[in-house]
Order: sequence, then structure tokens, then C-alpha cells
Amino acid sequence: MDFPLEQTCCGQMHFNTGYQREAVPLVRRFVRVFKDYETVVSPSGSCVGMVRELYPMAAELIGDKRLLYEVEELAPKVFEFSEFLVEKLGVTDVGAYYPHRVTYHPTCHSLRLLQVGDAPVRLLEHVRGIDLAELPEAYQCCGFGGTFAIKNADTSVAILSDKLRHVLDTEAEVCTAGDNSCLMHIGGGLKRLRAGVKTVHLAEILASTEEEMNR
Amino acid sequence: MTKGAPDAFAPGKTPTFEETARAFLNDAQLRHNMGQATRAIREKRAAAVAELPDWQELREAGRALKERTLRHLDEYLLQLEESVQKAGGHVHWARDGEEANRIIAGIARDHGAKEVAKVKSIATDEIKLNEFLEGEGIKAVETDLAEFIIQLADETSSHILVPAIHKNRAEIREIFLRELDVDALSDQPEDLTNAARLYLRERFLKAKVGISGANFAVAETGTVCVVESEGNGRMCVSLPPVLVTLMGIEKVIPAWQDFEVFMQLLPRSSTAERMNPYTSFWTGISEDDGPQEFHLVLLDNGRTQVLADETGRQALNCIRCSACLNSCPVYERTGGHAYNSVYPGPIGAILTPQLVGIGEPGPDSLPYASSLCGACYEVCPVKINIPEVLVHLRGRVVRHKQDEGGIKGRLDPENVAMRAMAKTFSDRRLYEGAQKAARVGQWPLARGGTIHRLPGRLAGWTQVRDLEPIPEQTFREWWKSRNGS
Repeated sequence: MDFPLEQTCCGQMHFNTGYQREAVPLVRRFVRVFKDYETVVSPSGSCVGMVRELYPMAAELIGDKRLLYEVEELAPKVFEFSEFLVEKLGVTDVGAYYPHRVTYHPTCHSLRLLQVGDAPVRLLEHVRGIDLAELPEAYQCCGFGGTFAIKNADTSVAILSDKLRHVLDTEAEVCTAGDNSCLMHIGGGLKRLRAGVKTVHLAEILASTEEEMNR
Repeated sequence: MTKGAPDAFAPGKTPTFEETARAFLNDAQLRHNMGQATRAIREKRAAAVAELPDWQELREAGRALKERTLRHLDEYLLQLEESVQKAGGHVHWARDGEEANRIIAGIARDHGAKEVAKVKSIATDEIKLNEFLEGEGIKAVETDLAEFIIQLADETSSHILVPAIHKNRAEIREIFLRELDVDALSDQPEDLTNAARLYLRERFLKAKVGISGANFAVAETGTVCVVESEGNGRMCVSLPPVLVTLMGIEKVIPAWQDFEVFMQLLPRSSTAERMNPYTSFWTGISEDDGPQEFHLVLLDNGRTQVLADETGRQALNCIRCSACLNSCPVYERTGGHAYNSVYPGPIGAILTPQLVGIGEPGPDSLPYASSLCGACYEVCPVKINIPEVLVHLRGRVVRHKQDEGGIKGRLDPENVAMRAMAKTFSDRRLYEGAQKAARVGQWPLARGGTIHRLPGRLAGWTQVRDLEPIPEQTFREWWKSRNGS
């Protein structure tokens, strides 16, 4: 297991905002840093989506055949965190303990781009002590969308307000997801409302143990 | 939104999506109407689609058919022209809206028509045909119930299939009471429909010229097809002695058998029906039956320009079902008028800027009117990868600004910030330095472990959302402390 310190950003924000020529060096960097690893795991569905779906578009934009070949070689080795555990390793019980009422928001890119399906829910179901509450209209976007949240702040928040209502309806203490950016958005809204519900990444819940809690 | 409101296809500049959206977001009646309507139709569509085990194969077939047709569009259009002429129809080629308007008005004038009956057609809205005819002293009567409602209300459509989706029954009743010669009227659908029917029946019988759009036209046979729900289309294309059809050039399909695919995809995606109530087909003219004169006007109006963009051209696959509108979280909140275009919603966001061309702030803002959630792509019956095209068009917008925008484009604060960030992200030391600098720099902003206010454009975030500050120890620092650098 390694965390190569040379890594920075996958370039999604630049690419999706239209600064695509500016994103190309970041694509090259990602390929250079990660190409020799057997498997790459990321705790962010949208970053994995960027690598799988848009890296080829970046390579084609500048007409670099070699880069296109490299990103196509690398893409199948890059996994979203829950997908890696459930699909690749076949693990659904990681021995976690998390005695809280939790609701899960399936982020758009995990759901539609990566099609991770119910992998995150299967992992959560095996967490001891957890009280899992189903989120109404879970498949609806939270309204984040990267720079959309700033460029179209009003619309973004109009979408968020419905997501927050659904989260609050579950009476959960914790809202979890597989993408920190969506959690930053939902969490930012909940905190501003002083809703008393926190956002926690799926990986943090799965890493919680009884020993740690009692310490 | 009233007629004469900003529209990307009308002369003059349009405001940006974000400038327009705010007012609509605050319209409680609109939010309620839109929320109810889109939720209901989303659920119905999902159920209708779930009935077909081969839905994904059908989508793929629809995509492949459209893609092949567009690849050989020139040949299919010439074949269509020949087939229509052989069947006794006339074919006209219109480079832009102006040309198409002149052709259609000319035909109406030749027949001394003071009033024409219209089937719902977005292509005619795109070229502003009604306004043009009005200038020529010809009244265009919309006969689709929803189009009729918004015409009476002097508004524009907010949805490509359900133009009055932003209105509820009570509002429609008020419009009818005000505009139609009726004494008492309830807000029950039967009563409202009946009031419209009585009025429109007379118009159909009087009209000398009918005007329609086209859902499909078959190159092989010259058959034109209109798909609808109310029967007004059937009357428009069969009662008046002269029929004019305006059709975007991308609507041609090669052969009759292609209907097998499209007639399964379209009704289930648009109205969530297994089959729509009225599908009209006509091939040129038939002696003593229906119109005795038929004109097909083929409209380019920017379409060949779209065809030249390898990624963007898939927007021309669209069969106007509107499933993407109904599934879009942005469209559901703002409604269609926020897009300032006859093509609203996700498909409008990729079609409008391509048809009118990149380089104007209004249309250029449309590809950004999306959170890229992907719900539109998931439901699209011809598999238009809308998020992909949105991202592609954002790239074109930015490159246009950087390359053609001169010094102003390069000094644009977003451009400067993005380039600076790209530089920071391209070097590990700069990246780590920036994290440290942000931790130091955020102290005046972070109170009690939360950032409540950010400067500049970033304030868009903190107006309504808090932000977590950079933690005391980042993951990277934690990793280094355990493993060394």
C-alpha cells in the first residue's frame, strides 16, 4: 500500500469548468504517478469518473495518441473505494462498529458514471451497531456539481434544499456518501442551518472500530 | 414569460442562465407546479420503460440509426426530396429562419390565407414563424391545447412537450375566462378541454392552410410523420386544403422499418405511454383525400454547423421526447424560461449554443446550467451523452474566450485563478505549500472551526453554505508522519 506523495489533483475541476488545456498537464501527471501500480483506489467517485470517462477526451483534445493509449491502459485499474472492496476484493464485512443512525446518499457519479450499485449499502449493512435509515429520493442530485455550486449558486442551493429536507426527514445523526465533494456541499448546508446532523465519509465509518470508540 | 422575452434565436442579446434563474427560483407557484409535474412524469416514464426487457438494446438501436443517418445526411435529404416530389409534394430548402419564414408566408399569401392552423412545432418557434406571419397580416392559431393556452396568455413555451407545464388548472381557467367567450367554467380537465375544443373546431374548419412540424420523414418513401396526443395534429394535416411542413434537416430517417425502433422509444420516453393516441403519416398528396397541395420546408439554421463538431453533433440525434427535461434537477427548479431559448433543459443547453454559435454570454452560459449529475443521459432514448457534450462545450466556450477574447479574456478573474491553480497542482511542492498557506490564510475566515464567509466569487458558496477549514493535519501530513517523505 502506498500513497505516492507526488500526486496532486486529477484535474476534474479544471476539465469540467472548461479549462481543458490547463487540465492536460494534470492528466499527464496522474498517469506518470500511478501507471506502475497494480491497482489505484480513490475515495471519490467523481475523480474516478474523471479518469475513466474524461481522460480519453483530454488526450483526444490535444491529439496525443500515446497519452490516449496510456489513459486507456490505466483506467481499468482505477477503482472507487466501495467498488474496490465489494467487487474486486469480495468483502462486505470489514469488522466496523458505528453505533449511530446513518443515512446514505448515493452520489451521482458513483451511481451513474461508475455504476457502483448497492456496494456502499452492502458495506454499511454489515457495520455493527449501525442504524441505517433509507434516504427518500436518494437518487436525486445534491446540487454540488463542482464549480456549478459557485457559478450557479442559487440553483445549486435550490437543489440542495430538497436534499437537506430528505436528510432531515430520516432523523439520522450522520449523512454519509462516497464522495467528499458532495459531503462538503450537504455538510455545508446542514451546518449553516445548525441542523445538528454531520457528514462523514463512508471510509471513516468503515474504519471505525469498537476498540477505538471505547478508548 | 411573455412573448418578446429574451430568446437565443431572436435578434438581440440574451441574459445568462444564472442571471435569469434567480427570479424563477423564488417563484413558489412555479416551483410547486414544476416539482409536482416532473416527479409524476418521471415515475410514469420509469414504469413504462420497465415494461420492455430490451429497452437498452432499443436505445442503442435508436442511437445507431440516428448516427448513421447523420453521417450520410446529404444523401438521405436528396432522397427525401426526390420521394416527396414523386408523391406530388413540393420541397423547399431554407438556409436559415428568415428564408423559411419567407417561403411559408409566401405560400400562405398565394392562397389568400388570413389565418393558418398550426400543429405544435418547436422548429416554427425556433424561427419565430408566428411573429413573422403576424407582420404579414396572417394570424397563426396554435391548436395543441398547451400551445393554445400559452398563446392566449401571450407567453412562450417552457417545455418542449408540455409547453404550459409551468401552469396549473386554476391558472388555465383564469386565462380561458379572460380570453375565450365563455360564461362559466370549472377548473376540471374535461371542462377546460371542452372550452378549447369548441373554439378550435371552428378554426380547423375555416383554415385554408395548415402548418405542421415533423417528428420524422422517411427518405425512402417521402412519408412525413407527426406524433401527438390530442388529434389536433390529425385535423391540421388533413382538413385544410394546403399543408406546409417545416422540418429540421436532422429529422430524416432512412426507411419505414426504422419506425419499429423510434415508435417504441418516443411515446414511452415522452408521455410514458405504450403508444401515443395519434400518429399521422402522409406521403405527398392523395387525390380527393386530405390536402391537395403539400410543401415540405427543410430547415438548416445552424444544423450543418453542429454536424461539423464530432462530439457535439450527437445533439442532433434528439427526437424531442423531453425525458431529459423531466429528469433534470436544474430544469425542475428553474423551469424552462430560465434558459432563454425555445430549447430548454439539458438538450437545450447543448443544442442552443451549438445552433446559434459560441461567443455570446447568454448561450455560452447554458452548458454551465448543469450539475453534471447524468440523469439526462440515463433516460435519453437515443443515448445522447449530454454530460459529455456539456463538458465539451464548456471547453469550447473557455477556449473561445482565451483565444478570441483578447486581453479581457486573458485577464478574466476566473481564467487567472484557474491557470494559477493548474500551475499549483502541477508541482508537488507548490501544492503542499498552498495547503500550508491556505491553513495560515484562512484564520481570519475560520471562526469556531467553520468558514462562514469567503471573498469574491467564492462568496457564492458561503452565502448559503458553511465550509470546513483545512484541518490541523492533512491526510498527506499524517501519511508523511507515519511513513516519512
